[in-house]
Amino acid sequence: MSVQSNVEVHSEWGIVSARQAGRNLAKELGFAGVDQARITTAISELARNIYLYAEKGEIVLEGIEGKEAGGAKRGLKIVAKDQGPGIKSIREVMEDGYTTSGGLGAGLPGVKRLMDEFDIDSVAGEGTEITTIKWLR
Amino acid sequence: MQSSVIEMIYTHRFEVIEQWKNEMITIQENEFTKSSPQRVLTHINQEFADLIIGTLEMDEEEGRQHLRSFSERLIHSGWPLSYFTKGLQQFRRVLLSLMTTDNTIPSSKVFETFQETENWIDSIVNQMVDEYTGSWEHTLEIQKLALQELSAPLIPVFEHISVMPLIGTIDTERAKLIMENLLEGIIEHRSQVVLIDITGVPVVDTMVAHHIIQAAEAVRLVGAECILVGIRPEIAQTIVNLGIDLGKFPTKSTLRKGIESGLERTNRQIVNL
Ligand SMILES: Nc1ncnc2c1ncn2[C@@H]1O[C@H](COP(=O)(O)OP(=O)(O)OP(=O)(O)O)[C@@H](O)[C@H]1O
Ligand SMILES: [Mg+2]
Repeated sequence: MSVQSNVEVHSEWGIVSARQAGRNLAKELGFAGVDQARITTAISELARNIYLYAEKGEIVLEGIEGKEAGGAKRGLKIVAKDQGPGIKSIREVMEDGYTTSGGLGAGLPGVKRLMDEFDIDSVAGEGTEITTIKWLR
Repeated sequence: MQSSVIEMIYTHRFEVIEQWKNEMITIQENEFTKSSPQRVLTHINQEFADLIIGTLEMDEEEGRQHLRSFSERLIHSGWPLSYFTKGLQQFRRVLLSLMTTDNTIPSSKVFETFQETENWIDSIVNQMVDEYTGSWEHTLEIQKLALQELSAPLIPVFEHISVMPLIGTIDTERAKLIMENLLEGIIEHRSQVVLIDITGVPVVDTMVAHHIIQAAEAVRLVGAECILVGIRPEIAQTIVNLGIDLGKFPTKSTLRKGIESGLERTNRQIVNL
C-alpha cells in the first residue's frame, strides 16, 4: 500500500502544510475536484482544532484499500492525533453550533458530512485521535 | 589586550595575513564567492585582513564603526555571512598556531595570550553576526509591511463601489487585516457596496467563513453592504457540507455580476451606447 505521510501541526503553517499534503495525495489517488476540496477542508478543520485546543499534534495521511460488495475500493484516510485536553462529551461536540472558542461550532459535524467514515477516540486529560476516511468512487 | 600580544601580532602580521589568504582559497567553494572575480576576492580579503589587524590599534568605538561600515557594504552587495565567520575562524587558527611556534611568548603567558586572542576574534564575529541579523530583520520587517499592504487591498472601482480581491491562504493575521482594511476603506472611499472576491482563496473552512461572516456584519454596521463573489462550485459544495449558512448574504458567482448588482443597488447601470 502507499506510504503514509505525517505532518506536524504546531502553528498555522502546519495547518497549511497538512492541507497541501492532503490535496496532493487526493490528486494522486484520483479524487475529483470536489472531493479534493472536501478532503482538504476536512484536514483544515482537524488541523486547526489541534492547533487551537491541543496546541500541537499531527496529521497522518494514508492511501488505503477496503472491501465492498463489488470487490476492493480505494480511499484516503486522515488521522488527527494530539495529546491535548481531550474531549469530555463527544455527543456535545458533534452538535452543530457547539463551540468553546466562539467559533461557528461547525468543524467536527462538518468533517463528518464531508467524509464517508468518521470516528473520535478521546480521553479527557490524555488526548484525542480522530480518524476519518473518504472512499474513491 | 596586552601590549605584548599586540606587538607579537603586529610583528608577524605580514606572514599571518599571507598564511590566512592562502587558507581562504579553500573557503571559496561557496556559490557566491565562486562567481565573483578573483580580483574582487583578493581585494575583499586584503581589506578584511587589514581591518581585523587594524582593530588592534583602534579604540573600541572606532573599531566598531569601521567594522560596521565594512559589514554594511558587504551585506548590501550580498556577501554571505558564512564567508566571514569561516574567515575569522581561519584567522584565529593561523594566529594560534603562530603563538605555539613563537618562542618569544613566555610559557607562563601562553594561556592568557590564547584567551585574549579568542576574545578579540569572538567580539569581531559577534559584531558581524549582529550587523547581518539586524539587516535581515530590517528586510523582513519591510517585506512584512509590503505583504500586509498587498494581502487585503480595498480597491474603489466605481463611485461608492469597492472590491477586495483575496488571493491565497487566509490565516488569523490576514483575517484581522481584512476586517481593518474593509472598515477603514469603506469610510475613506465612502463606499456603499463592497465586493469580497474569494476566487483566489484555496480553502474556505469554518474559520475563513466565520471571518467573512463577521466582516460582512461589521460592514453592515457602518452602513454599507457586502456582496460575496467568486465562490467556485467545489467551494460552494464544501460550504454546504460544513453546514454554514450564507443565506443571509447576497452572493454572486462572478465579480462582473457582483459589480452589476452593486451598480443596481446604487441606482446605476451599465448600458451599451
Ligand atoms: N482536538 C481537540 N482537543 C480538544 N477539544 C477539541 C478538539 N477538537 C475540538 N474540540 C472541542 O470541540 C468543540 C467543537 O469543535 P468544532 O471544530 O466542531 O467547532 P469549533 O472549533 O469550536 O468552531 P469551528 O470549527 O466552526 O471554527 C471545540 O469548540 C472544542 O471545545
Ligand atoms: Mg473547529
